[in-house]
Order: sequence, then C-alpha cells, then structure tokens
Amino acid sequence: MAELKKGYFHVIREKYCKGCGICVAYCPKHLLVLKNGKVFPEKPEICIGCHMCEFRCPDFAIEVKPLENEPNHGASVDSYDLSLPPEAQHG
Amino acid sequence: MAEFLDYFRKERLPHIWCPGCGHGTVTGALVRAIDRLGLDKNNIVLVSGIGCSSRAVGYLDFDTLHTAHGRALAFATGIKHASPNLKVIVMTGDGDCTAIGGNHFIHAARRNIDITTIVMNNSIYGMTSGQYSPTTPHGMLATTAPYGNVEYDFDVCGLAKAAGASYVARATSYHVTLLIDLIEKALQNKGFSVVEALTQCPTYFGRKNKLGGAVETLNWIKDRTVNVKAAAALSPDKLEGKLLIGELYSGQRPEYTASYGEMTAKVQRTYNDYKGGNRGCELNSD
Repeated sequence: MAELKKGYFHVIREKYCKGCGICVAYCPKHLLVLKNGKVFPEKPEICIGCHMCEFRCPDFAIEVKPLENEPNHGASVDSYDLSLPPEAQHG
Repeated sequence: MAEFLDYFRKERLPHIWCPGCGHGTVTGALVRAIDRLGLDKNNIVLVSGIGCSSRAVGYLDFDTLHTAHGRALAFATGIKHASPNLKVIVMTGDGDCTAIGGNHFIHAARRNIDITTIVMNNSIYGMTSGQYSPTTPHGMLATTAPYGNVEYDFDVCGLAKAAGASYVARATSYHVTLLIDLIEKALQNKGFSVVEALTQCPTYFGRKNKLGGAVETLNWIKDRTVNVKAAAALSPDKLEGKLLIGELYSGQRPEYTASYGEMTAKVQRTYNDYKGGNRGCELNSD
C-alpha cells in the first residue's frame, strides 16, 4: 500500500460531552458510538472528515483533525510513555 | 483555523444547556463564522438579553454584555452609537426578541443600524419550564398550552424584512454549514442583519410534544424546512406548513450610524463657520 489515504483523528473532550447522541446519529459512516454515556470513535480509520459531528455538537466536545496534526503522528512506538494509562492523557 | 476553544472562556465550560440543546450548535456556528472572516476579537461586542440562548455570551471570550430581558438590541444600539467602529452582535432568543423585546426589534430594523442579530428560535420559553412563546407553532403543546396552542406563530424573518432589515436569513441547527455561511454573510452586511436559527429544545418542546429525544426533535425541525432554492421548483401544496431556509432577503438601505455621522459632521461645519444667523435651522432662529 504505497499511497495512504488521508486519515483523521478525533479530539474528544469527555468533560464537555453530555451524551446527547447527535454526533452518533448523524455520522454518515456510523463510526461513533456512546460508551458509558460519552462519545467514542470506534472506527476512526474510516472517517471521511466531513466535520458534521464537530459542527453539530452542541457541547464543543468533539473535533475532527487531519492525522498529520496528531501530536504523536509518525513517531515510533518507543517514544510512547507506556507507564501512563491512556485515560491520564484526557483533559 | 485558530484553535476553536481560543474563542471561549474555557474555565466556564462545560455550559449549563441541557444535553442535546441546539443553542450550543448555533454558538459554535457563530464562532466558526467569525474565525473564517478573521475578525479581530477585541473589536467585537456580543450583547444578549435573558433566556437560555442569552447564556451564550457568558461562554465566549469577546467583550460581552448580558442585559435586561428583551433589551439586548437597545443596549446594542447604544454601543453602536457610541463607537460605530465596533462589530456589534446580538444573541437573543425567540421570546427575548419577539415578545419582550419586540418593539426594540422592529425599531432597530426600521433604523437599519449595523447590528447582526442571531435569533435562536426554539419555539418555547425553555428557561422558565416550557411556556408557549410567540413562535410556538399552532396546535403544538406546551406547559401553558396543555390542549394545544390556540395562537398562530410569528414569522420572525417576515417581520424583520417588513420592518426594514437589510439582510434576513433563516437556518436550523441541523443545517449547520448553511448557518455558518449565512452568519458570515450577515456579519459582512452593513446594516441590520437578522439570522434566525431554528434550534431544538428536547427538554421541553420535544418532551411536551412527545417528539422523542434530541435527535428526533432535530429531525422534526429538519422535516419542517425547505431550502428557498428548492422551494422555487416545488408546488404550493407541497410547501404548506413548511418554513423556508436560506437567504430570504438582501438589500441596500442607508445605514443609521453612517447617516447620523453625516448629519453630525454637517451641523459641526455649520457651527464652526458661524457668522450669525439661524445656522440653517429655520425653526430655531436664536
């Protein structure tokens, strides 16, 4: 696979999310789900970057960004600090 | 785009609006429109009255003013008058704008003063537990209309256009890309611009009318609207009971603060060159 298709990642602000389900209902690829009452991108790799979840979210809880902007994009696995649990990264 | 949350007072978030309330969507749309235009944050004043929708200014990091019920446009007129260079935006609700502040609304439109007004119309008084408002559709249920609303609703856009506003548009919190485009155009318009945003109130309007949750209420609003371009090709019986969305009116009229400035400059000239006489004012010959 020489040409990678353009990828997106989702910034989720769990503190802001109220679990109304608007983003889940209107995502054209149905990649978002509610987990414990908060939005969770289950299949982020199929995101087409239409930003409709971001625009319709009333709580400013989700943002779609191109994968190049991800802080750890392209970094090797060794650079991750695995001693920290993933939930510690959430704001 | 600058960071989206840079336009917010982050320490006040998350906001107090109910889960699924459309006011947050409209607030986000306004921020995106301002960001697209690249307006200076320090040159914008947001004014609001009282109500659910008027909470929006508390979360936004501009110069903001939270005023008396219905009087947002009166305060905004004063601000615009004192400093015509400022960009004045009014965020108001349907009750705030058309009921309590109805007179201010029509007179601001009549003067065509350069204020952008965003009317978040959720068809109900949400903050005080769901009384029917002037924009509740006929026959819909509310706390104070348990057998259906007897009254007919206001057409906010028609009212603004008839009173003399120079830019009138309507969108919903479902059609967000359209809403952002319309707010962007309204901000660029020199004159009184009204953007009516139909929003969902799942807590009162949706629950009282048994529409379901936030998504179902939003779908109900979506099904009630037709784009003005699509409506041109549809037959009148298909358009019955539908609201038009899109740019409804755009025209040119003399703007109030500009006209007022011209008049002031003219009077000052007359006064500075005063050599006796009545200063061009026939009635007051001092």
